Amino acid sequence: MIRLAGVTVAYRGRAVLSDLDLEIGAGERVALIGPNGAGKSTLLRVVAGIVPPLVGRVELGGQPVERLGRTAVARRLAVVPQGVTLPFAATVEEIVGLGRLPHEDPFRGHRPADRAAVAAAIERVGLGHLLGRDARELSLGERQLVLVALAVAQAAPVLLLDEPTVHLDLRHQVEVMELLADLNERDGTTILAVLHDLSLAAHFFGRLVALDRGRIVADGPPAEVLSPDLVQDVFGVAPGFVRLAAG
Amino acid sequence: MSAASLSHALPGLARRRRPLWIALAGAAALVVVLVLGVAAGSVAVAPADTLGILGSRLLGLDLARTWSAAAETIVIELRLPRVLTAMVVGLGLAVAGATFQGLLRNPLADPYVLGTASGAALGAAIAVVLPVRAVVLEFGLLHGLAFAGALGAVLLVYRLSRVGGLAPLTSLLLTGYAVGSLLAAGLAMAMFVSGAGLRQIFAYLLGGFDAASWLRLATATPLILVASVAILARARALNGLLLGEEAAAHLGVDVRRERAIMLALASLATAAAVAVSGLIGFVGLVVPHVVRLLVGPNARLVLPLSALLGASLMVVADLAARLLGDIPVGVVTAVVGAPFFLAILRRARAGYEL
Repeated sequence: MIRLAGVTVAYRGRAVLSDLDLEIGAGERVALIGPNGAGKSTLLRVVAGIVPPLVGRVELGGQPVERLGRTAVARRLAVVPQGVTLPFAATVEEIVGLGRLPHEDPFRGHRPADRAAVAAAIERVGLGHLLGRDARELSLGERQLVLVALAVAQAAPVLLLDEPTVHLDLRHQVEVMELLADLNERDGTTILAVLHDLSLAAHFFGRLVALDRGRIVADGPPAEVLSPDLVQDVFGVAPGFVRLAAG
Repeated sequence: MSAASLSHALPGLARRRRPLWIALAGAAALVVVLVLGVAAGSVAVAPADTLGILGSRLLGLDLARTWSAAAETIVIELRLPRVLTAMVVGLGLAVAGATFQGLLRNPLADPYVLGTASGAALGAAIAVVLPVRAVVLEFGLLHGLAFAGALGAVLLVYRLSRVGGLAPLTSLLLTGYAVGSLLAAGLAMAMFVSGAGLRQIFAYLLGGFDAASWLRLATATPLILVASVAILARARALNGLLLGEEAAAHLGVDVRRERAIMLALASLATAAAVAVSGLIGFVGLVVPHVVRLLVGPNARLVLPLSALLGASLMVVADLAARLLGDIPVGVVTAVVGAPFFLAILRRARAGYEL
């Protein structure tokens, strides 16, 4: 589904990603971990075609991402951003409705099918009771769910998330994770999520990809990736700080 | 009323049915202000006669002539082009305002934010100061240089903003401010040396429709209407930008391209408007906010409803200006618009994080 081959990205002469190879199959659920500045967000941008690689190939569903137009990419891949600001007041329904942009008719706007998809997405993340609510009145956890609902309404086979649980309390963290697991297992959505919480990543994701200084340093099941050596080397903390949840 | 209770007063379902009613009310208001704007003035023409003249001349109805030839001349040659010009300018400024606010993601943006106003003003002032008089198709040097100045200023701002290291939006706004200040200095200098032309420059700066004519209307209207319709056709991109430039790109918007096209279109509409009417403030700033308060931020609704409301409002402002003894329209819109804007800001704190 997603294939990166020999990808190098540089900002002002400094390599952010170096000669990176990564393959993620359809229906996989992958967590991207690594310290701040490792290049995780850049990797998501490269996959989404927002940042073109200096060298290397990026393919989405077998096609080079730079050849797909923006709308074609948006139909294949949805991104939950790391938090957004709105210049004007908007309701939950209006925000989630923006997820239909890549599908809507350029002149007529939302058709009944779009409205149904929006309502279903809001229901799916459990915010049905907040449909017409001004987004300002929502808690941080609810706002994060609104952004996930927006991506769900986009109905793309691939979902990218950049730290979807940051700022959330434990209950909302688990709620978001369970939602991702459900999207992955029931709908077959391919998921690639940047996560800081290693325990959460290990518990909800079967495959972890560890990134350090622009290179993939480990790729595999949590027990393998989160070895004491890696935790020490990559995150620079004593291995005892990371405990894998049982199961 | 707080922002919270306001949104409770507008639940999703009620909001959805609203746009149609608002559009119908806006269309009705447009017809009413058209008749009022044509009927009222220093020589009053009875509303029935006004309707009769409009009906016979515009719709080709065969009506009994109960009005004088003088009344017909006043209505057709003076008042009608004036009222229609006010409508078109109000429409253009409101649509351009909504567009700039959406593109720049800034509730304080108006059609003049990227230098159009200062560019047009400087152009007009130079035309007054220059000892050259040229008239082509009723368009003097003033209109031409105001139009060119408005477009030139935006082009300059756009070009300059692309070389800086700042984020494009911040860079655009700051460059607009810097270029605007520079042009304002030029304007001040032109006014200083203008002598007897000062009054003419002031009249342009405050805006008005005294100089409206059919030919000027026929020149500005296509520019403003075509630009507005083209912007409306790109409402999708404007909606995507609600969430930010990167999020818009993820939603399928080619941000760089759409931004360049819409900046050009909105600037074109603004330049055409200020060339025929001078600088009339607050309509382009306030109208889109009023519409958003009624129907939410969806550009598909905000743009056409802003167009309707802007057109009606400008006719009313012009009417008030005439009835108050031919004061400049820009004074009326500022006196009404500024407090209104403050009230809106109090009701709906505009931006926030999600």
